[in-house]
Amino acid sequence: MSDEDFIRIDRVTKRFGNVVAVDDANLSIRRGEFFSLLGPSGCGKTTLLRMIAGFEFPTQGELYVEGARITDTPPHLRPSNMVFQSYAIFPHLDVFDNIAYGLRRARLKKTELAARVNDALAMIKLEGFGARRVDELSGGQRQRVALARALVCRPKVLLLDEPLGALDKRLRESMQIELRQLQKSVGITFVFVTHDQEEALSMSDRIAVMSSGKILQVAAPRLLYEEPNCREVADFIGTINFFDGKVLAPDTVDAGPIGTVHAATADSPGGKTLVALRPEKIVLAADPVPGAIRGKVIATAYLGERSHYTVAIPGREEPIAVSGQNAEKIVAKGHSPGDTVYLSWADGAAVLLPCD
Amino acid sequence: MTTADTTIGGGLTARLAHFYRRSEGARGLVLLTPTMLIMLAALAAPLALLALYSFWTQDGYVLDKTPTLAQYATGIGRATYRELFYRSVEISAVVTLITVLLAYPMAYFVAFRAEKKFIWLILLTIPFWTSYLLRVFTWKLILGYNGVINSGLMSLGIIHQPLELLLYNPTAVVVTLAHAWAAFAILPIYVSLEKIDRSLLEAAADLGDGPIRRFFRITLPLSMPGVIGAAVLIFVPTTGDYITPSLVGGSGGVMIANVIEEQFDKVGNWPLGAALAIASIAAVGIVTLLFVAAMRAAAARIR
Repeated sequence: MSDEDFIRIDRVTKRFGNVVAVDDANLSIRRGEFFSLLGPSGCGKTTLLRMIAGFEFPTQGELYVEGARITDTPPHLRPSNMVFQSYAIFPHLDVFDNIAYGLRRARLKKTELAARVNDALAMIKLEGFGARRVDELSGGQRQRVALARALVCRPKVLLLDEPLGALDKRLRESMQIELRQLQKSVGITFVFVTHDQEEALSMSDRIAVMSSGKILQVAAPRLLYEEPNCREVADFIGTINFFDGKVLAPDTVDAGPIGTVHAATADSPGGKTLVALRPEKIVLAADPVPGAIRGKVIATAYLGERSHYTVAIPGREEPIAVSGQNAEKIVAKGHSPGDTVYLSWADGAAVLLPCD
Repeated sequence: MTTADTTIGGGLTARLAHFYRRSEGARGLVLLTPTMLIMLAALAAPLALLALYSFWTQDGYVLDKTPTLAQYATGIGRATYRELFYRSVEISAVVTLITVLLAYPMAYFVAFRAEKKFIWLILLTIPFWTSYLLRVFTWKLILGYNGVINSGLMSLGIIHQPLELLLYNPTAVVVTLAHAWAAFAILPIYVSLEKIDRSLLEAAADLGDGPIRRFFRITLPLSMPGVIGAAVLIFVPTTGDYITPSLVGGSGGVMIANVIEEQFDKVGNWPLGAALAIASIAAVGIVTLLFVAAMRAAAARIR
């Protein structure tokens, strides 16, 4: 076993009756990595996580942690701990006993148990909260207690099932940073389930994008965003414009209304391809630029630090999405609906995807 | 003048309506009133009368209304009565223990394992659609000299003569009461088990607990309100039950309620009957409070 294969999911399929929740998933998660399972609801990401935890057992396939097969191991004998979406804080125990729950079996000395729980309380910045009843805690505090309760057991793997979903936006953003720092400092492998692509991009070392039970792509956030391997991944992560393309030469594609695009392609000349262009790669100018495409602004949305534009171009029915940073104050100026604009982008800004 | 009257009347109605809308307490009182009136007339008044009688003395046919504690002295002082108090509480405690122990697995099954919960709940409560008296008589038929058990064992050739030890003893009282009150134990325990969030059990498993530890550390403490409720619901009425002991108890299975009934009926000593009844209420109250406190303390110690 190498560090590359710390957790190995080997051809795992899970069926519930006729529904295939996870379909022939293969995955290797590295030691010490912050790994995210990302996808829309119902894509099978939670089922996959629950199989790693031991709450569900695969219909087919095998699971390994550190080279040891855990496919049939019941959850209480697995080297992982989980932070539940609902937190699952024990209502009949106080904060101290909730965190100490997993340690009681270990028959630690009373002082050592207290020391470990108090360390955990300090880690989640809830010193002195030990005697609190859990119904006196806020949502964010409960989330921290759930985290401490799992981490105090020093698991090899920490599984997190959309742990930030119930928190408000500001708290969620600060917890994202905290969680990321915590993971780096404890060095435990995190497997994090989320449907929020920004959350996954900002926190993860690597992300697996799932859809309808299948793992579509496994890559680092930047690669996933800039070099998606299929239309579904490109579409799920951020906004993107698609154009039908025809391969002219190994590095040249005719993308119809937006002219020729230069990007490496494996397709042979004459083949069809899909040209994908992110909105923020497109530069809008009010005055003609050599090689630019003329368009007309249909709608704008001002979002503070950036603006979104919807631009119609000749020869294409579907308008193009463009976004621009508002580097200068645009109180008076900026592109308004009806304005003529010129669209251009750098060579290599577009990605070529297989047609599906 | 008519105008003035309307104004005053309207003003008063409006003020009352305003008060009614503004005050939580007033609305609560209005909702409570019908039940409260019935309770006052049918429960509080007779109970007050009972308490009053317990301080009087029956002298032949004359009721001496001089306040005295003599009846309580007799009721608690005389060994026969004390013995009956102990036996009533003991039988009732055994009934409570057995019923709760047998009801728990049933409630657990319906709450956690059964697929068609509604059907199971109906099936479990069907016996309780008939009257209490009928159920007690059924046990007479089962346990009796020519009853189901005796004739069954005899036709199988296991015994040659009907067993006489089945009916008319404290065990028969315990068996009958335990069955008669089973639904009152199953339902509260079922409700408290049903309310337990299943992710708590997953969390316990995730933190290293096998099925048995999970049960004792999560399921049992969280279902404790149901268990306490069931126990109180059975213990309180069975201690004062007199139908079952008089029908299946025989002389050895007599309980305190039978003696109280005798004092009011055959003996005609209402003050002594009243004192015994009040003492019995107090005894049940004290035992129940001690029990609830003990269970709470025990549950709080589980970690």
